[in-house]
Amino acid sequence: MIELTNITKNYGEVKALDNINLKVFGGEIFAVIGPNGAGKTTLLRIMAGIERPTSGEIYFKGEKVNETNPIRLRENSTLVFQRTALFNATVEWNLAYGLKLRNRPRKEIDEKIKEALEMVKLQGFEKRWARRLSGGEQQRVSLARALMLGTDLFLLDEPTANLDPRSVSIIEETILRINRERQTTVVMATHNMFQAETLAQRATLLIGGKTLQIGTVREILKTPSEHVESFARLENVFSGTSKVAQGGISVIDLENGLKIEAAIRREGKVTLSVRPEDMILSKSQIVSSARNTFKGEVTGISDFGDSVKLRISAGKDFVAQITKRSFEEMQLNIGSEVYLTFKATSVRVV
Amino acid sequence: MSLETEIIEISARAIIVSGSATLLASLWGLPIGITLGLKRFRGRNLVKGFFNALMGMPTVSLGLILYLVFSRVGPLGFLHLLYTPLVMIIGQAVLITPIAVSLTSSTVESIDPDIRDLARTLGASETQASLAVLRESTSGVLLALITSFDRAIAELGVALMLGGNIRGVTRVLTTSIALETTRGELLLGMALTAILLLIVFALNTLVNLIQRRASV
Repeated sequence: MIELTNITKNYGEVKALDNINLKVFGGEIFAVIGPNGAGKTTLLRIMAGIERPTSGEIYFKGEKVNETNPIRLRENSTLVFQRTALFNATVEWNLAYGLKLRNRPRKEIDEKIKEALEMVKLQGFEKRWARRLSGGEQQRVSLARALMLGTDLFLLDEPTANLDPRSVSIIEETILRINRERQTTVVMATHNMFQAETLAQRATLLIGGKTLQIGTVREILKTPSEHVESFARLENVFSGTSKVAQGGISVIDLENGLKIEAAIRREGKVTLSVRPEDMILSKSQIVSSARNTFKGEVTGISDFGDSVKLRISAGKDFVAQITKRSFEEMQLNIGSEVYLTFKATSVRVV
Repeated sequence: MSLETEIIEISARAIIVSGSATLLASLWGLPIGITLGLKRFRGRNLVKGFFNALMGMPTVSLGLILYLVFSRVGPLGFLHLLYTPLVMIIGQAVLITPIAVSLTSSTVESIDPDIRDLARTLGASETQASLAVLRESTSGVLLALITSFDRAIAELGVALMLGGNIRGVTRVLTTSIALETTRGELLLGMALTAILLLIVFALNTLVNLIQRRASV
């Protein structure tokens, strides 16, 4: 579907992408996994034809993309941004824009608007003012607007970052649906390994502007080796040595004194991950059935409206996501001491 | 002529003169501002800096320069425009051009990258993407025009030096306020000030409403 050869992109002195070679096949979901600042966005912008690479070539459906006229690529692909961009108009106007450019009849546009809004579960939102919707709804409008076009290639830049859980699942379902029902090729950037694992068939690991590996998601996650350090910059991803213990669990030693219990039986080097939503925070140690409790300090707070993400240093850097309400009730600040608790069954090992 | 009708006439003239000046300035100010906002060319920052600097031009200085241009011995003296409403319109248009240009270009510029990229991802050509940016800029451009009008109706230097404050011909709100004050007719001056403030406040309220709509 799309092939990049020797793509390099420089912004002045900074090398955003360094000699990228990758091929995305028709009909697959391909994930670009990497931490923030790895160059995921730049890569997608180049694939969407809205950014020109400093050097290298792009082939779209076997045809070389001409740098002076990327319109063919632009008409057959679309990109959904991480930071939701909406026209200051109604939902309907936003959705109709792409097809109006393509001079489609009004009747067809109206039908597709209905269909697209149904897909993202926003029926009846046609006349609403797009920018007055909630964050999750806005991102779903962006997705619906991209769905309208029926393009062969769908590019998504962190489509679910910082959204409410309901919107996340609607967006993930929609991605799977268009891939299955319309055979749309999807390339999505994500720093969420679970998402990559559940949605994508193949993936690449992008770190510091370089593709370190291309393969199935599992293959990539199983190879800690020299990329472990880079992995660690993803949320709650750690690697260590696992030892089977009694009672159907394994103890994973993170090699700095930190031991995590996981409900698996595995020996040897593993990479593990815990969803930020699965972390329980408390101001004092709690008695519970959860197997893992660490004492730590809040080192970062980011507000996402309904939920708050906290960076907690407890030997390793953990990320916990809690509701705004709990956050306010607990009166947490940078430097606050907290206990971090999660169940052994919340630990995913790959 | 009664005092009331004269005040109404003066107010109406002020609005017409400054309104025409705003329209005239927008004829060239908007295209320049939009071009500066959309296009990246060499010397663009220089041009922007030039207009930004001119925003602070003292009205009396501009009045003096234009007086020299339009006076009988000046280069445009043959037009015999001095002390007519027309020359006041031209003068105020020149005065507010930098504001119209700067505010238009900065509003277009602030909208540009995101909306342009968005339009592109939905299949727009460069021209279509520019049109999308302009559509999003309308409320900001309107704001630029209203601010320009505010400046025009509230200025004294150009109106006084080019118009000459001739009763029934070129007398506007600011020139009569100045005159009444020097004549000791403070009460009348205050009344005229109230009218001027009312116009400016009404427009600023409008500006606020527009901004609120644009920022959602």
